Amino acid sequence: MTSIRPKSGTSSADSKKKGKGKKTQPPTSLEKKVSQPDHPEDIFPLVLTSATQELFGCRADEDVTQENPYKLLKKQDIIEDIKAKGAVSDFSPVKQIVLDYPEEEVLLVFDRDFLYGQCFFLILTPEAKEKIFSPPESKTPEEDENIVSKTPEPMQWISLGSEKEIEEESVKESREKLQFRLSRARKKFGSSAIFSDHTAYAKDNFVEFVSNEDSRFSIKLMQRDCGVQAVPSLQSSSAQTQWKFQRNNYTQYQPRELSKEDAESLLKSESLKNFCNSILPRVLHALQQEEIMNVFLDDWKALAAGDETTDWSRNISEDLVLHQAFTHTKYTKDKKVSCTHWHPSIYGVIAVALREKNAEQLDELPIFGTRSGYIVFYSFSDPSNAQLLLESPVDVCVFDFCPSDPNIIVGGCLNGQVILWDISAHVTHLLGMPSNSKTSTTSKCDHNDNKENKTPVVRYCAMSALESSHKAPITDIQWLPPTFEVTRSGLPVENKHHLSVQIVSCSPDCTVLFWDVRLPKLLNQAEPDRKQHMEQKPLINPHAVPETFKHLDRTWKPLFKVSLPKIDTKGDYAPLKFSLQNYTCNESAGEDDKEDHAPGQAPNENNSVEVISDYSQLRAPSARTHRALEDLNTKLFIGTEDGEIVYTDWKMVKDDSGRLHSSKPLFCINVHHWLVNTIQRSPFFKDIILTTGGRHFAIWREGLMDGPIIMSPSSELECTVGCWSLSRPAVFFIGKEDGSIEVWNLLENTTEPVRVNAHVTNDRITCIKPWTGSSKQHFLSVTDNLGLLRVFEIPKSLHTPSRKEISKVEKCFELEKQRLLDCLKKKECWAKEKKEMEDRHMTKEPDKPMKFLENKEEADMKEYSDHLMLEENVLKRLGSAVRA
Amino acid sequence: MAQLADVEETLKRIEAHKGVIGTVVVNAEGIPIRTSLDNSSAVQYAGLLQDLTMRARSSVRDMDPQNDLTFLRIRSKKHEIMVSPENNFLLIVIQNPCE
Repeated sequence: MTSIRPKSGTSSADSKKKGKGKKTQPPTSLEKKVSQPDHPEDIFPLVLTSATQELFGCRADEDVTQENPYKLLKKQDIIEDIKAKGAVSDFSPVKQIVLDYPEEEVLLVFDRDFLYGQCFFLILTPEAKEKIFSPPESKTPEEDENIVSKTPEPMQWISLGSEKEIEEESVKESREKLQFRLSRARKKFGSSAIFSDHTAYAKDNFVEFVSNEDSRFSIKLMQRDCGVQAVPSLQSSSAQTQWKFQRNNYTQYQPRELSKEDAESLLKSESLKNFCNSILPRVLHALQQEEIMNVFLDDWKALAAGDETTDWSRNISEDLVLHQAFTHTKYTKDKKVSCTHWHPSIYGVIAVALREKNAEQLDELPIFGTRSGYIVFYSFSDPSNAQLLLESPVDVCVFDFCPSDPNIIVGGCLNGQVILWDISAHVTHLLGMPSNSKTSTTSKCDHNDNKENKTPVVRYCAMSALESSHKAPITDIQWLPPTFEVTRSGLPVENKHHLSVQIVSCSPDCTVLFWDVRLPKLLNQAEPDRKQHMEQKPLINPHAVPETFKHLDRTWKPLFKVSLPKIDTKGDYAPLKFSLQNYTCNESAGEDDKEDHAPGQAPNENNSVEVISDYSQLRAPSARTHRALEDLNTKLFIGTEDGEIVYTDWKMVKDDSGRLHSSKPLFCINVHHWLVNTIQRSPFFKDIILTTGGRHFAIWREGLMDGPIIMSPSSELECTVGCWSLSRPAVFFIGKEDGSIEVWNLLENTTEPVRVNAHVTNDRITCIKPWTGSSKQHFLSVTDNLGLLRVFEIPKSLHTPSRKEISKVEKCFELEKQRLLDCLKKKECWAKEKKEMEDRHMTKEPDKPMKFLENKEEADMKEYSDHLMLEENVLKRLGSAVRA
Repeated sequence: MAQLADVEETLKRIEAHKGVIGTVVVNAEGIPIRTSLDNSSAVQYAGLLQDLTMRARSSVRDMDPQNDLTFLRIRSKKHEIMVSPENNFLLIVIQNPCE
């Protein structure tokens, strides 16, 4: 292989260029196809030093290059070089060859690629040289021609024995073809033919040549062409592995992390830098936004300062909110509430007095034991059960708690008697369960059961003497405040013990009675007898009645009696309600007061606690021993059956004969025209009184005798009860007969109510009492004709007073007063004028007035008689109905 | 070297901002490159937010192919997470709100 390449290489190179050089090489035969291990025979690899190269002008890469590797060297030069250098000469190995070289020039070829091991080689034969230089030129075109032309020339056929086979196979005629001619006899042409049916397969009709085996021709099949195909046999089958060995498998992975170098390289990368630059403004913007303000802040929520604000926004309504309703199935059935009071000291305890609805007549006196009146105590903690029952033989119309000792309750009965109860034994029960459970730990369950089943019933302690009581049902009863006492003559004196011991009651029998719970002094002598009496006969106390007022029982007589004679006419007023001025004695003011007190006496509050109401030991004082209170206002406002407001003094005056009798009332004004049901003093002003009755209510000022300073417009419904608000001086509540409550505010409107809470109850309202439960909770108890007690919560707006409300209300009253006075003056003026007019009229016509008067008289008489007739008729019709 | 300083500088500037709790720079594969948090948190943030960002971006582009996600802010009770995707990288910044 190696031999061919250089040849072709050299030949191709030779065709392009012709080098000149010296020939020193002897020719050697060049054979193309002979390959030798390293180099062909006709070349000789040679190393030439740079000096030799320079000498011969065949420097590597300068004179001779890859493209031009041939250098003809002169034989003579080489021989000279050999001779000059001797053995050191580069040409020494080829010395002999060069010497034998026939031609003058020897070809030296630069072998850049070291094909033959050295950088140069010498062409040893001239023939080779020639071949390098000349012949290949012609060769290559020939070769090209050969390659190009594809049409082969037909070659002469050489027989290789195939014609014999052909001859054997070919078919030739071995002899001449024989000819035969067959024909039928002429005469037989055209003869009639006879056709008949024959069966095809009958034996005679055909000649059968059955094939039979000829033994001569048994050919043995020596060779048979067979084809074989391998077909894979397919079979579908399945296999299922059973998971016999269950094994828990888990994988744990780990997040890919960049190696340090990778990370660093990335950090340095250009793309990251660009990234950072591009996102920086956005990120800073967002961060700053976050820093500036919180976009998700809910301003509304942040504004709210707690539950108060939210409640406040909701609670716009100023209605009375029903807090609790109390009723008792047994005791309130078919009864109406005649009176209600809050317990002065215990929170959430209300007492209601129930009486029969229909029993209004005095005639129907209850028989002892069959029908008894009750005062029912309710508590907030237990709305469905009554806490306590105060029993009385007669229906109780009114009652009152003693101001100094809330355990004493006085009641006014339907038959005119005054009745007393003492509930000190049951106070703990009223206070609530915990106190009771402490006392009886052993029988706790029983105690509770008892309580649930039976409400404790307290029987009355004492009852007034029937003869000396009122003749009509007591309509109002009050304790005198513990600040003063009243003597037998009605003189107010100081109350040393600061106990409320006196009671005032009024009744439509035209009397106001003063009672004292203490024994009168006169009975002092009989005291030891009494005591003995009591010891001898220990009265069996079946009902465990407390013995507080044992001394009074059945012998109780009023202290004194105030009658109310009418001012102008004969007869008396029939009081329904009264109001007296509360007197606050100035203990702290004057020193002389203190001197009068017995030394060592504690102030009011202690007294009522320390001195347990041993009323039997108390004695009514004589007028002389106690100091009379001069500045006390002894006058009463009384509301009568006919709707008049009477202002009278309860002090007895001595008339000419020296006997004490009641003075005549100072004034009387009929405003209401019907039963007066409330007279109440304002808790803020001593001299402002609210009265309700008929279709009006009126506000009076004590001292102003001429009339009410404020008079309400006539309402469609009857005003059944009225009461002042305890916390706001200008607010009061009016109850109506249809069960609605009107709230009036004097500062806002004097002609119409601020708010009407319609249908607070289903029936006529009988009693309203406000109460301050706590600073936030103000209650209003409302009772009705059906025996129900409802407790309402007064909304905040109605119980929180506005700024300087008192002074404003004062001003209001002043204004009203002024107005009233002005009104009255004007009336007077008008009256005067009218009179003058009439007088003038009279003097002018003396005659006519007589006739006129006469005529008038006649007309009047006629009218009167007509009226009388009408009255009779009406009365006749009414006569069948119930008499009043 | 100059390039590295720029990146460092930028990141330092962000980290120095008020309320910033930490930053994470994430490459295209979701591997955190550089972080100021501890490694496990960084890896967690990177993994979770990469997913979410891709989802967000695909949602934005689904609606409007011309559009692209520029910024993603997740506000939670405790802090706010801001993600800015760009150029195959992701920058996550966690900041405490100003209240």
